[in-house]
Amino acid sequence: MEFFRIKKDIPFMSYGKFTTSVSLVTFLLAVVFLATKGLNFGVDFTGGTVMEVHYAQSADLDKVRVQLGNIDLKDALVQNFGSSKDVLIQIPLKQNKAGAKLSELVLDSLHQQDASVELRRVEFVGPQVGKDLVENGAMALLLVSLGIVGYLWMRFEWKFGLAAIIANLHDVVIILGFFAFFQWEFSLSVLAAVLAVLGYSVNESVVVFDRIRENFRKMRKTEVAGIIDNAITRTMSRTIITHACTQMMVTSMLFLGGETLHYFALALTIGILFSIYSSVLVASPLLLMFGVSREDFIKPEKVEAEEVLP
Amino acid sequence: MNRYPLWKNLLVLFALALGFIYTLPNFYGEAPAVQVLPLRSNLKADAALLARVEEALKSAQLAPDAMSLDATSVKARFNDTDTQIKAKDVLQARLGEDYMVALNLLARSPRWLSSMGALPMYLGLDLRGGVHFLLQIDMKGAMDKALESSSSDIRSTLREANVPYSGVSRDASVITTKFRDAAARSKGEAELKQRFGGLEFNTKDEGGEFLLLATLRQQEQIRIQESAVQQNLVTLRNRVNELGVAEPVIQQQGADRIVVQLPGVQDTARAKDILGRTATLEVRMVDDEHQLGMGAVAPFGTEMFKDRDGTILLVKKAVILTGDRINDAQPGFDSRDNEPAVHINLDAVGARKFKEATRENVGKRMAIILFEKGRGEVVTAPVIREEIGGGRVQISGKMNTEEANDTALLLRAGALAAPMEIVEERTVGPSLGADNIARGFHSTWIGFAAIAIFMIFYYLMFGGVSVLALGANLLLLVALLSMLQATLTLPGMAGIALTLGMAIDSNVLINERIREELRNGVPPQTAIHEGYTHAFATILDSNITALIVGIALFMFGSGPVKGFAVVLCLGILTSIFSAVLVSRLLVNLIYGSKARLNKIAIG
Repeated sequence: MEFFRIKKDIPFMSYGKFTTSVSLVTFLLAVVFLATKGLNFGVDFTGGTVMEVHYAQSADLDKVRVQLGNIDLKDALVQNFGSSKDVLIQIPLKQNKAGAKLSELVLDSLHQQDASVELRRVEFVGPQVGKDLVENGAMALLLVSLGIVGYLWMRFEWKFGLAAIIANLHDVVIILGFFAFFQWEFSLSVLAAVLAVLGYSVNESVVVFDRIRENFRKMRKTEVAGIIDNAITRTMSRTIITHACTQMMVTSMLFLGGETLHYFALALTIGILFSIYSSVLVASPLLLMFGVSREDFIKPEKVEAEEVLP
Repeated sequence: MNRYPLWKNLLVLFALALGFIYTLPNFYGEAPAVQVLPLRSNLKADAALLARVEEALKSAQLAPDAMSLDATSVKARFNDTDTQIKAKDVLQARLGEDYMVALNLLARSPRWLSSMGALPMYLGLDLRGGVHFLLQIDMKGAMDKALESSSSDIRSTLREANVPYSGVSRDASVITTKFRDAAARSKGEAELKQRFGGLEFNTKDEGGEFLLLATLRQQEQIRIQESAVQQNLVTLRNRVNELGVAEPVIQQQGADRIVVQLPGVQDTARAKDILGRTATLEVRMVDDEHQLGMGAVAPFGTEMFKDRDGTILLVKKAVILTGDRINDAQPGFDSRDNEPAVHINLDAVGARKFKEATRENVGKRMAIILFEKGRGEVVTAPVIREEIGGGRVQISGKMNTEEANDTALLLRAGALAAPMEIVEERTVGPSLGADNIARGFHSTWIGFAAIAIFMIFYYLMFGGVSVLALGANLLLLVALLSMLQATLTLPGMAGIALTLGMAIDSNVLINERIREELRNGVPPQTAIHEGYTHAFATILDSNITALIVGIALFMFGSGPVKGFAVVLCLGILTSIFSAVLVSRLLVNLIYGSKARLNKIAIG
């Protein structure tokens, strides 16, 4: 069976202007959402306390809120988590409260109200720790970007490195834009997913670039745009199949992995969709714009030829 | 063309066999167990202890499934949690305070597997349940304390040396001493410089006053910080022992933080209480006049304490000194005979009291007792050889270097405890942990099954080969994680699923390449060969970029992200191996021997 038996190369590059402007608009929208709405940072980054408690029967959220109000925690966010029996309580950081002791206070108080309450999870993060996590996250993002540009520069050419990283950071910003628009919680595991997408989508660009390089050597007479079109068309089948497979795994995590993995899988899903788009329709037109040419690759072959001559 | 040399076949088979053996323990699961650890240095985990534990369980009519003895502990495995908890109570009552009896989980795998070092994956706290604390040491507090004690020592030093001064004051980081004239200042400076190596002195004239400014030297600050961390680590280890937790993790993280992980602990309130309490130190005289019989009651005015080895000492109730008079305690060597020793530095008041006490009690023993939660323990009980003045005390004799280190740390633990604060807490209940395992497991299997069905449907025989290669990848990854005993967290499980989803890429690349070659009219055998060769460069490039991501995540990630990064990195390595070598081996076995191959099943 074969889904993609494409006879003629699809002229992707002639759509270049259109696709890059679509990306630019999406990108700008994402930036606008990030700037106006901002990310809904989870407790990992902001500091504070998150508690997950389990009741034997359906929990009455209003009663829980009243009880928390009694112990002077009116600003606590109380909501169901996964099922009606599970309750998630989020308490922002306060200067005057002894942070780590807070969870005991809350549990004691809830216990008085309903003895069946069972603690499932507590996360308390102090303000300094949250700040460090943000810094480390930014550091990781920077290091990954530099590492990728460096590697692609070494293996291909600087134009490839630059095109790939622009396309991939564009994916990252769009994922963040989604999280800002829907105000989904941005936690440490989402950050991990975002960085994984960066690696994954570079992977994607590399496969196309590899083909472009190969074509420069093989198709001596073809125009640069034609070479890129051919490379994309011929890797298209692989692109779709691979992403479909990865997405199967991610979908399974999205629905079966529970609440903890939900946003992780969601970030991956958006990342996978946009990485197909960006590696084909952003990275390659950028490459063309940077003026990639046969000379970028032919030089080493000349040297080899001279060595063989005598 | 499509045949592997024998060594290559054997290599792949060997790797798979090894992978299978090390994955095996994960299928047996874990059983509740009780672990008995001796807490005192003169007690050993030996056959005698094993016999005692066996006997105690037998008399309580509790039958363990298996018992084992290792270098540090005796372990007994049980069928269910009820028996385990009963056994813990019985053993704790029988063995007393000298042993720690902890609840634990032990692999159910047969003995031959365990003896090869094949253990199940080490589950993180989010999968097995437990508490994670991040404690921050108050370095500013430690510095403040050091400066405070220095400033009171400066006063007493100047007084002893008869140098006139008009005042000593201290602000955030500077101790300012005022003198009436330059001559007194230079005399004082010489005196102080000689005594305080850790301080840097500068002179300054201001409004007709002659000032001497003292600040902590850079290396002194670093030394104070390091010793504050070390001291807190030791204190925490001692306290965690008391909680009865098997396999606790207590590690320094960064310059001023300590991570404490207590698997299986549910009572976080008690854990916080024990970790956060403060210790005090008292110096008292030993009562050697009264003899202690078995079960004797301590005579009036005395108390009984055990020392680190469990020997009982009779100690007078009158306190000579408390821990806050101790400025510092460091291990070192005796200047006369180079024996290991502990050097204690007392503040001015302490020095004076100590001088009086030693003058009156030459030839007698003095006990230094560490109190934690109302329970005292004698750290050391040296004989006083002579009157000791000047606040510099040296304890030596019958010590090795390690003991000197321990003693110094314990003394510091009771003396200048730099306060700690919990800055991060993550508690996961056992039911959530079990749920997390089930969720991670299910989503991986369903995803794997979906990929398998699709691949076989789409690439027929080659799809089947790809699926087997992906299975080999999973096997090797789990084996590697078990072998390295890397901590598996929920994000780590997500990492396994994700690497599997990404690893199929390599096989898709190969299969697509083979199809393309066939389309160009290349004969099947050549197409297979060309397909693998061409795809390899691409596979390598794309995996190396993914590896860069993994390494960066590992370096800068914390907690859950780190677990994800470890799996990502290992998964990339195993996926290159299985996608290229294992799948090629299978293809070679299926098609390689056929001389005339007209058609291959690649869809």
